Amino acid sequence: MSAANSMGFAKPPAETRVVVAMSGGVDSSVVAALLKSEGYDVVGLTMQLYDHGAATAKSKTCCAGQDIYDARRVSDMIGIPHYVVDYETTFKADVMDRFAEAYIHGETPVPCVMCNQTVKFRDLLKAAKDLGADALATGHYVQRVATGAGVEMRQAVDPDRDQSYFLFATTRAQLDFVRFPLGGMTKPEARVLGQKFNLHVASKPDSQDICFVPNGDYAAVIRGLRPDAAVPGEIVHVDGRVLGRHDGVIHFTVGQRKGLGVGGEAEPLYVVRIEPETARIIAGPKETLLRDSFALHGVNWLGAGGGPDADGVQVRVKLRNTHTPVAATLFGEADPAKARVVLAAPEAAVTPGQACVFYAETQVLGGGWIARDHGAALIPHNLRRPGPSVTAAAG
Amino acid sequence: MAPNDSTSYLDYNATTPVLPEAAQAVAASLSLFGNPSSVHAAGRRARAAVEEAREAVAAAMNAAAQHVVFTGSGTEANALALRGLAAANRCTAALSAGIEHPSVLAHVADEHIPVDAHGVIDLAALERALGSRAAPVLVTLMLANNETGVLQPVAQAVELARKYGALIHIDAVQALGKVPVDFRALGADSMSFSAHKIGGLKGVGALVLRPGVEIAADIPGGGQERRRRAGTEHVSGIAAFGAAARGVPTLLSAAPRITALRDELEMQIQSGVPQARIFGAAVARLGNTACIALPGVSSETQVMRLDLAGVAVSAGSACSSGKIAPSPVLLAMGVGESTAKTAIRVSLGWDTTAADVDRFLKVWLPLAANAAA
Repeated sequence: MSAANSMGFAKPPAETRVVVAMSGGVDSSVVAALLKSEGYDVVGLTMQLYDHGAATAKSKTCCAGQDIYDARRVSDMIGIPHYVVDYETTFKADVMDRFAEAYIHGETPVPCVMCNQTVKFRDLLKAAKDLGADALATGHYVQRVATGAGVEMRQAVDPDRDQSYFLFATTRAQLDFVRFPLGGMTKPEARVLGQKFNLHVASKPDSQDICFVPNGDYAAVIRGLRPDAAVPGEIVHVDGRVLGRHDGVIHFTVGQRKGLGVGGEAEPLYVVRIEPETARIIAGPKETLLRDSFALHGVNWLGAGGGPDADGVQVRVKLRNTHTPVAATLFGEADPAKARVVLAAPEAAVTPGQACVFYAETQVLGGGWIARDHGAALIPHNLRRPGPSVTAAAG
Repeated sequence: MAPNDSTSYLDYNATTPVLPEAAQAVAASLSLFGNPSSVHAAGRRARAAVEEAREAVAAAMNAAAQHVVFTGSGTEANALALRGLAAANRCTAALSAGIEHPSVLAHVADEHIPVDAHGVIDLAALERALGSRAAPVLVTLMLANNETGVLQPVAQAVELARKYGALIHIDAVQALGKVPVDFRALGADSMSFSAHKIGGLKGVGALVLRPGVEIAADIPGGGQERRRRAGTEHVSGIAAFGAAARGVPTLLSAAPRITALRDELEMQIQSGVPQARIFGAAVARLGNTACIALPGVSSETQVMRLDLAGVAVSAGSACSSGKIAPSPVLLAMGVGESTAKTAIRVSLGWDTTAADVDRFLKVWLPLAANAAA
């Protein structure tokens, strides 16, 4: 038996079909060109996710964005078959609607995780299997390492580029099938490869923000999806004073400081809690943001065993993509989809709807969604002060 | 699997290979660099090539050469007909069937006449629509549908149009070379054609006009094509169109052989895959076209699997992104969206062999078997 090829199969690359999820960006283009140069039977697939013309309010433009043309152009140039698969319906239901729903419920979602766990690693992965592929490769910066005990996910070698936060929901079965050829590379190295392969996208800027929110105005996208979404309400201080009014909870994120539009307070105020039921935004000084424990739902476990130990396991947790992981104890529950996190030191801005991803060194142990905290008791009593009446709030 | 060095091309309704005669005509035309509008000898030589081609094209559908207008595509020929006839004749409304090509539907906002489950226009509904509107109405109907191949009752439609003082345009893009087309006998006001469906080049079409019918230019700005279509002529493409048009009788004589191959393909499908559905099989249709739904396997998957195995077919209506939407033609026939999303079009042509059909079946039948499992 010959040694395994770079995709981990004991057969020649030419007999190994790899579907590459091509976004039209430099990373996935490099993956396709690299695998092609190694002799694999490479097929490019690009997902049509939403009507680009509608998203940019230019109804006369094509449904496809420039990225699809770039992916096709790269495929033509490197000489691989390329197809566009239409996931508009499922992307709307599984990503965009859930995105809007989360904001309406006072959460701050991570749509890229939702997309990876549904459209990309469920539907696109099935399409790859339907095409007889041995593996699905993507341009993500994360490492997949096959060990004697199974397949592990690890952070990318380039810490600035690591995308493991967005991939925590990848199941073991999915991880078996996917490959991340860029996980061991830095972004500059990938760009050099792009130039070496003479790809016209080699210097294309990185995609920013959320793909279906092209100009950053996510609230406008939510109003488009759910015209009833923005219910005006009160901005209330943790001490009970009404500070002002707002145009809808969808405009707020826990931990947010700017945009509250309230002045005259002794210390800067942050969004501490969002109460969609009463359309109230609770604001308070920075110390009222601190949390040392929170619940998770939708937990995916990639560590040893069937889930985190009920007696607690020491991990490091990342609470948002830009967060530096901190020490915590993770407690499993009878329901494997649930867990509780107790932080070694309190953190500001534990934001409901964001992912909490677990690490042991660089290994990704899984993660879960941060649940909304419902308890009013979270406002420490010593911070409650008898406030002036509602009318005094103007400032 | 290693890439296939040859392809079984079963997508003739999308476009055809260039006929050798057409390629030779292109080669010969390249030395005719003159502008056909020029007075001098170089211009005259180019003009002669264009006029020679015009005669050949006119002969292919039994029309008069002076009433053939060369355009940049079949789509442009449809646009010239629908906009030009409506403008010059002050038409009150435009009617078409819901199964028309998008290049026709783009100009018909007033009413889409329903089709039956086989994809044939409801003539009674057309007559009601004509009777309820002030003359002159502009009717447009395709001779053969591009996706199912189903032939439309164009002769009866022309009769109805005459009865109600309407004008009628026939989109014959998909029909030429596959079934006999006789423009003079039909008596329509105009008929559109495309060169690359009969072995010519992409980028050339033609609109044929009934003698005496009034039409306004859609692209003004020059005296070419008797002021009905401005712009310097695509001499090489037109020369190739002429050469391909001369080959139409040969294409028609190949039709029985092609139909036999198509029927064999459909028979294998019907006997091997009872859940498959073939559209339009119960009515008159082009002998080269098979429109097949395979429940449980998306059109996308079928087209991709076949392509990766070296078999070219198509599905639905592809956006320029390459995304495949369910066929509006099938939806207009009352086919459910979930079934329409599993339909592909297999269209054969003069170079198709039994080996091509076998190759298609060798890939497609296992797909069906896997879906059923």
